[in-house]
Amino acid sequence: MNTLIFRTIAPYVSALMVLFSIFVLLRGHNEPGGGFIGGLIAASALAIYGIACGVASVRRAIVFHPMSLAAFGLLIAALAGVPSVLFRQSYMTSQWLSLKLFDVTVDLSTPMVFDIGVYFVVVGAIASIALALEERESD
Amino acid sequence: MTAGSFDVTIIAIMAPFAAAAVAPFATRLLGANAAWLLALIPAAIFAHFAGYIPLISQGETATISREWVPSYGVNFSFYIDGLSMLFAMLISGIGTLIILYAGGYLKGHPQQGRFFSFLFLFMGAMLGVVTGNNLLTLFIFWELTSVTSFLLIGFDHLRTASRRAATQALVVTGSGGLALLAGFLLIMGVTGEMEMSELLSQPDVIKNSGYYLPIFLLILGGAFTKSAQFPFHFWLPNAMEAPTPVSAFLHSATMVKAGVYLLMRMHPLLGDTVLWTTILPLFGGATLIVGTLLAVRQTDLKLMLAYTTVASLGLLVMLVGTSWEKALEGAVLYLVAHSLFKGALFMVAGTVDHEAGTRDVTKLGGLRGAMPITFAAACLASLSMAGLPPFIGFIAKEILYEGTLGAGGLALAVTATAVVGNALMLVIAAAVALKPFIGAKVETPKHAHEGPVLLFAGPVVLSLTGLAAALFAHSTGEAFIGPMLSSLTGQAANVDLHLIPAHFGMPLLLSVVTVALGIFLYLNLDRLRATMASLLETIGWGPDKGFDQFISALVTFSAKITGMVQTGKMHTYMLVIFAIVAGAVLIPTFTMNGLPNWPEVPDYRFYEWGILGIAILGLIAVLVAKTRLTAIVSLGIQGFSVAVIFMFFGAPDLSFTQFMVETLSVVILALVMTRLKLSPRDHRTKPAKVVSGVISLGAGAGIALTLMAITQRPFNTSLADFFTAYSRTIAHGRNIVNVIIVDFRGFDTLGEIAVVVLTGLCVLALIRVRTTPSAFEIERSEDKEGAKG
Amino acid sequence: MEAGFSVLIGVFFSVAIYLMLSRQIVRMLLGIAILGNAVNLLIFTAGRLTREVPPVIPPEVYTPVEATANPLPQALVLTAIVISFSFFAYLLVLAFRAYQELGTDNIDEMRVAEPEDEQAPSQGY
Repeated sequence: MNTLIFRTIAPYVSALMVLFSIFVLLRGHNEPGGGFIGGLIAASALAIYGIACGVASVRRAIVFHPMSLAAFGLLIAALAGVPSVLFRQSYMTSQWLSLKLFDVTVDLSTPMVFDIGVYFVVVGAIASIALALEERESD
Repeated sequence: MTAGSFDVTIIAIMAPFAAAAVAPFATRLLGANAAWLLALIPAAIFAHFAGYIPLISQGETATISREWVPSYGVNFSFYIDGLSMLFAMLISGIGTLIILYAGGYLKGHPQQGRFFSFLFLFMGAMLGVVTGNNLLTLFIFWELTSVTSFLLIGFDHLRTASRRAATQALVVTGSGGLALLAGFLLIMGVTGEMEMSELLSQPDVIKNSGYYLPIFLLILGGAFTKSAQFPFHFWLPNAMEAPTPVSAFLHSATMVKAGVYLLMRMHPLLGDTVLWTTILPLFGGATLIVGTLLAVRQTDLKLMLAYTTVASLGLLVMLVGTSWEKALEGAVLYLVAHSLFKGALFMVAGTVDHEAGTRDVTKLGGLRGAMPITFAAACLASLSMAGLPPFIGFIAKEILYEGTLGAGGLALAVTATAVVGNALMLVIAAAVALKPFIGAKVETPKHAHEGPVLLFAGPVVLSLTGLAAALFAHSTGEAFIGPMLSSLTGQAANVDLHLIPAHFGMPLLLSVVTVALGIFLYLNLDRLRATMASLLETIGWGPDKGFDQFISALVTFSAKITGMVQTGKMHTYMLVIFAIVAGAVLIPTFTMNGLPNWPEVPDYRFYEWGILGIAILGLIAVLVAKTRLTAIVSLGIQGFSVAVIFMFFGAPDLSFTQFMVETLSVVILALVMTRLKLSPRDHRTKPAKVVSGVISLGAGAGIALTLMAITQRPFNTSLADFFTAYSRTIAHGRNIVNVIIVDFRGFDTLGEIAVVVLTGLCVLALIRVRTTPSAFEIERSEDKEGAKG
Repeated sequence: MEAGFSVLIGVFFSVAIYLMLSRQIVRMLLGIAILGNAVNLLIFTAGRLTREVPPVIPPEVYTPVEATANPLPQALVLTAIVISFSFFAYLLVLAFRAYQELGTDNIDEMRVAEPEDEQAPSQGY
């Protein structure tokens, strides 16, 4: 699988896939998509990059250990439920905030934060598994 | 009595549990002197129950109730009458002395705090048993006494004998407890009542019901095991492995009397029937004779006392079994007397052991000079045990002879048994009180001298109480014996006790006979002991040995069963599991009218037929794959067809997810499989393949039929309607699936992503953890060598 | 509509169970992967099938105008797919490590926890 062409285009493909995954994540609330799908796409991107250019370069590229990403995701998903408690509603009641920026309405919401948490969990955990297995390949 | 004082009663019953929590800390701070402080608690409880005397002696009773599990009618309720009051006072009063004694006996023991804790736990449980009104509360406390007894017997858990004795006691009393529970449940079923006080107000319901026999036998099972009746007596002598304070408290004065208490408590409900007056005297009498004879055989002070305790319990059961008022009065008196003198004698034996280093009577002698106070206490207690005036034991014996003489048809047998038993008990009393103290001074392992006040306070107070109770016999009768007797008979009882017998009749004559026989036997004690020893040797088997055989057989049996059920063959487990799955879906389908209607040929479009076909082809390809590559590729095919199916049927989210997952699955499968020299080829034999085939086809067909039948029924769309209606209006999202995941059911999702994180962590751990050429490998190679050699 | 799918799901289950009943650990893993799909399809079908209309509300309205596919089983299955995948990965690695440590891929020979020559339990106290 380690052909020159594959190694050359893999970084670009991966980058595009990660970008696409973020797009899928953010549109998830209104169109097909969401944290699970986005996360899986990003994880596949990292796996492809790992196969092409080696696990070490993937680890350099994402800076943090993938399990730290997963843990971070779990944390913000759990925290996304907290604001409603401050308003004396039950845990995880969704809260919405509409901001007007240059004539565009941007809806910020706790479910969105939650979905981003899901995204990170899936990316982190699945990429961690895939990278760990690829690493075994090399030793 | 006001409601406030009833609350105090609940606090009094619960106080030992609080004390159990405090005791270790107090002991750490104060050492053995903590006993002085801790003893205040049972003393206060004693004082509280003594406060009931005026109320109870007027023939009143008190009921205190708090709801516990109201939905099941289980109340935390207590019933105070003559019987429970006297028991509670014995428990707390003797408990006070025992705490002091334990302070001296285990002085400097590193676990002394724990020991106090256990003692207090027991005390609380025992108070709960004797005052418990609700049958279930009573049962729970009853079991708690078994458990604390287990802990106390096994206190010195580094010795095998202690562990064995503890296990034995727990098994015997615990199984009795189960019988008791069954009995209680039957009583509840028959009467619909759970409160003892309610039951006592309608005494004939159980006797007249068809369930009298099973209830009677089950209650007896509980009482006989707890009170060590023949043939369950063997655990009690073995329980002497416990430190002496435990033997004095649990295994003579209180816990073993719980069985007798239960019989007395149940007497109005179950007693005075042909069954009762036959079985109880029979077993009680047998226990009395066996107990005394075995006691004569012993040379160990504690064991001698233990077997006489068995005998005394037998005597009590026998007396309760006659159901005759005078005999019951004798039983009540004897119970009090026994608690006083036996507690004292055990403590004496413990003190001798503690100071002289041995409790073998043949190695002791001449201690009277060294330990005068202990000797005096031993004499006082023994005189009471021997039934000599002016002690409470004497009055008890007079009354009980009077009782046995009038016990109807059994009078002669019961009286004769009582005389022989009492004579033998006199022998033991004399042996315990005299042998270690009189005669020539014998060299003992330790240089003996009088113990500290903590050690002799208990025996002295108890034996003096025995004397005082007799000197003020009239008050004793009025305040304690009368109310307690009326609890047994169910009607007001007038008890008029005198230290000096009112007239010189049969009872006094029998007493003289008893004493004469006793003295004669005491003088021939050595010969008697030798005879018993050779007799036991000839028999060569006893329930104690039987217990070992039973446990060993049980272990072997369960090992066999386990070996049969858990073969260690994964394949067998899987077969069983899936055979059950197949049965679970097939049997209801065919027996409970679960078959679907014959379906029409579905009007799928050609591409839908196509994708179904591809999925099935993929599955078949996985089955017959000969190489790893084909297996992986075929797995991918079925997975992708599932993704396409999701796409065709309105689930784009699922479709995307499935695509990604299948891709990743194939990748990691390929990564792992290329590193394994594994062949995906099937290595099963033909018959095994047929069996697996039948099971899997059965399960598959069952699931298909069930699903078909389900989907032919009308569908409840209320949940789907709810989500569809509120997805945008409330949750501001147009993708309903996503809204459900992140909003409506967000908490579920939180749990699910936590699972994903966990599996990620597990995978990392599995890959990273390298067992060094591993302990396991070494063990295995050693095993192999061992197998060869 | 659902009848044909019931048969298909039956086939999925049969194949999965047949594979899981073999003694080769690799075949069991294949079986587990298929079992996951079988269960997901089962849930999906039990929620009734609807062609081609995803449960997405058009931008101009607040509730869907035409009948859409049932969203609830989709939400259940979506998370189930991801979880079953992560479990599959875990089992795969577990099997891999077991093979490395024990040197066999036959489940009947993996007997560390329940050894063949297990000693009889002690009879003492």
